[in-house]
Amino acid sequence: MAASIWQWANPVKFIRLSDRLIPPLSILTAICLCTGLIWGFFLTPDDARQGASVKILFVHVPSALMAINAWLMMLFTSLIWIIRRHHVSAFAAKAAAPIGVTMTVIALVTGAIWGKPIWGTYWVWDPRLTSFLILFLFYLGYLALWAAIEDDDTAADLTSILCLVGSVFALLSRYAVLFWSQGLHQPATFSADKETNISNVFWYPAVLCMAGFVLLFVTLVLVGCQTEIRARRGRALLMREGRLT
Amino acid sequence: MIALLVRDIQLALRAGGGLGLGLAFFLILTTLVPFGVGADRQLLGAIAPGILWLGALLSCLLSLDRLFALDFEDGSLDLIATSPIPLEGVVLVKALSHWLTTGLPLVLGSAPLGLMLHLPAHGFGWMILSLLIGTPALSMIGCFGAALCVGVKRGGLLLSLLVLPLYIPTLIFGADVARRGATGMSVETPLLLLGGISLAAIALIPLAAAACLRVNLR
Amino acid sequence: MTVIATDLVVARAGRVLLEHISFSLHPGNALVLKGANGIGKTTLLRGIAGLQPLMAGKLSVTDDSHVYAGHQDGHKAMLSVAENLTFWSRVFKGPPIERALEQFDLVALRNRLAGTLSAGQKRRLALARLCVTGRKVWILDEPTVSLDDAGVDLFSKTIDAHLAQGGSALISTHIDLGLKAPFDILDLSPFRATPRALAMDEAFL
Repeated sequence: MAASIWQWANPVKFIRLSDRLIPPLSILTAICLCTGLIWGFFLTPDDARQGASVKILFVHVPSALMAINAWLMMLFTSLIWIIRRHHVSAFAAKAAAPIGVTMTVIALVTGAIWGKPIWGTYWVWDPRLTSFLILFLFYLGYLALWAAIEDDDTAADLTSILCLVGSVFALLSRYAVLFWSQGLHQPATFSADKETNISNVFWYPAVLCMAGFVLLFVTLVLVGCQTEIRARRGRALLMREGRLT
Repeated sequence: MIALLVRDIQLALRAGGGLGLGLAFFLILTTLVPFGVGADRQLLGAIAPGILWLGALLSCLLSLDRLFALDFEDGSLDLIATSPIPLEGVVLVKALSHWLTTGLPLVLGSAPLGLMLHLPAHGFGWMILSLLIGTPALSMIGCFGAALCVGVKRGGLLLSLLVLPLYIPTLIFGADVARRGATGMSVETPLLLLGGISLAAIALIPLAAAACLRVNLR
Repeated sequence: MTVIATDLVVARAGRVLLEHISFSLHPGNALVLKGANGIGKTTLLRGIAGLQPLMAGKLSVTDDSHVYAGHQDGHKAMLSVAENLTFWSRVFKGPPIERALEQFDLVALRNRLAGTLSAGQKRRLALARLCVTGRKVWILDEPTVSLDDAGVDLFSKTIDAHLAQGGSALISTHIDLGLKAPFDILDLSPFRATPRALAMDEAFL
């Protein structure tokens, strides 16, 4: 079965494939991000109510999207690692985490900057914001566990288990926070759906930006996986030569 | 498994077992609150449920890092792992002994501390009930964190970083029961959800924690 | 109760240590493992005890027939000698502790806290633990460390008695135990693996 997806779980084949993929992906990322951001920032009209500040959403929405998608990808690759023990899968989870946490921080910071003129404050304990803060905490724990354990495979096993259990609790927290903010009688206007505020003029650059962020994420994960594979390859080589004691 | 429970409780009662440390920490934390926010009766009464829940949560955290680490260091975890007790059972027993030596005293201690914080009189029942239902979940979730970090030297700080986010749902529902109880609102929904979290944690966490222990022992 | 190992491969921290290890251990017999420090005796024994995965090979052990004793004694310092033993006896649902206390000359120490014992006394307590588990197959990792001559003698007698009752023992050691019962020696040096990474790491090359 030459066409099986699992053949790419072989590190050597993965390197060969990703070597071919990374240059075009990088160029595509650059094109999407440059066009999307320039179009979004300079070539769209100011919003009637929100003025120019609305344009930060061209960064905010895609980064928030990728913050969640990165965690979902980590959950998926952790499952593959636990079930099939493909190293590339564990490396992908490890590579995705720092990118995911960066996206979360970008989403939180741009959200705060956007919130100041619109809401009059940088931070409100709105369910969506709070959920993102909690996601950030989960990322921190996950990264700290990777950093704390020396042995690669042990770390991969433990972080995978943490990712599974953490996902359950993150989801639970999401609904707990919705319930909690209800109890606090927060004004509902804060959680008004942002997408509905985006009219068609903003839609095309927004899609370009989102595509750019997705491509950026994929490219960075591929590069991160390559780094991990090469480090592991170096160790395996040293071990074969008997020079690593 | 009963033998293991008896041993752990015996050890907790002996010198160096750390029994009462959590309770003392809870007392100190509660004492510090009025110094931080002022001794206004109204204010203290309003925040008392949240403070008591936070205090209980942090006190639970305090004794978690020794849950498996001590047995890991002196080699008895190896021996227990090769004994007839399944590791899932070991996790359950460890969590139970943690709850009996830390959680239960906190539940009982919350009553006098509530008095000190001017918790409204009709809130006491709900306060104690919410802690009684919620602390088993805190012990179970903490047990998972302890199993994750057992191989990490000086893993106490890491443990807090891993466990505290996992405590969020329990804290939200638990403190909500106590708060609604104190203000005379209906507590049914958060109480059921809190009970659900505790039961699910007791049912599922042993599997995850035992898997972590197996990875850490090899 | 026979332990049969076929073509075992032992690895630690991503490095293959030993390979092609085969042996069988029958009731009434002992197998003594010899080999230099770091050759992989402990890893092999832990693998057979089920504490860590063996990389390859076939191992047949009767379920719930063995007991493992490692480098660390695993006593609780704040429990007395008798309490420590009682705990293990209850966990394994084994025989009462009195005979084991007598056998290892611990009767006078029964109420001492385990933390106050000398290294040799702790070791004797660890060996007494084996007797109260009631298990047939003993897997022992350097059981004679810290023991004086009398202690080693005591240990050999215990093993002899255990074997006479149809038990068996897998022991790693550097010294001559002076066993009277039949035993085989397995020198691990010829099974040392050529330096290489694990099979899964070879996928990276």
